[in-house]
Amino acid sequence: MSNSSSDGLASWDWSIDLSIPSTYAAGKSVIDQLLAALRGAGWSEHEVFGIHLAVEEAVVNAIRHGNGLDEQKQVRVGFRLTVDRFWVEISDEGNGFNPDQLPDPTEIDNIEAPCGRGVLLMRNFMSRVEFHGRGNRVVMEKHRGGQRASA
Amino acid sequence: MAERRRLEVQERGEVTIVRFVDRKILDEANIQELGQELFQLVEEENRKNLLLDFTNVEFLSSAALGKLITLDKKVKLHGGRLKLSGIRPQIYEVFAITKLNKLFDIKDDEADALAAF
Repeated sequence: MSNSSSDGLASWDWSIDLSIPSTYAAGKSVIDQLLAALRGAGWSEHEVFGIHLAVEEAVVNAIRHGNGLDEQKQVRVGFRLTVDRFWVEISDEGNGFNPDQLPDPTEIDNIEAPCGRGVLLMRNFMSRVEFHGRGNRVVMEKHRGGQRASA
Repeated sequence: MAERRRLEVQERGEVTIVRFVDRKILDEANIQELGQELFQLVEEENRKNLLLDFTNVEFLSSAALGKLITLDKKVKLHGGRLKLSGIRPQIYEVFAITKLNKLFDIKDDEADALAAF
């Protein structure tokens, strides 16, 4: 349990910080812990769905694109939770990317492109999405009933 | 008959109704397998008209959407038609955000979709 770093608030109802190997099974395990905590804190199924999708996309990006499924490389995951606020930080050991250079996946010319759709979903289901470092660390936040990061 | 692990397939006249076994389509290995089974329907079994029934599906990730987009392209290349039905509101929101509700022909339920072929 830790309330340090850049999460901004002094007290959380639940928090967890883990380093996991770059496997989908390890990612699923940590996401399952988060989903149980969200439901336990009374978040609605619709909100749990959106957070699940955003975190799933970010964790899979880190495991697959960031660390290239190299089990020797770690993905660091931090979750913070209250009844009305959720904060997450996910980082990998990869080279990162520039989110501003992703093709718009909703443009007809890009509709078959494999990239960009996950980040688009993250921005729509979360209140705030920021990429830091060389683009290998993402911080997201969700306020209950709050605005989306991009309309 | 091909062995399938991720899909249940049923004939209804000239339409093949495809139901997903998994309630959550997010495991990467399952998504790869799902894609192969979907593409096989078109490329090896030469099925033209596909109806994907999402009634069972509670969650899907962008990787699964990628497979559906590729499937749509393959169906069109083979001169067939693809329709989707039974998508619950949360999943429909994912299609709407990504504007894939414009790419796919989405009907409320199986009966509506079958009538539209």
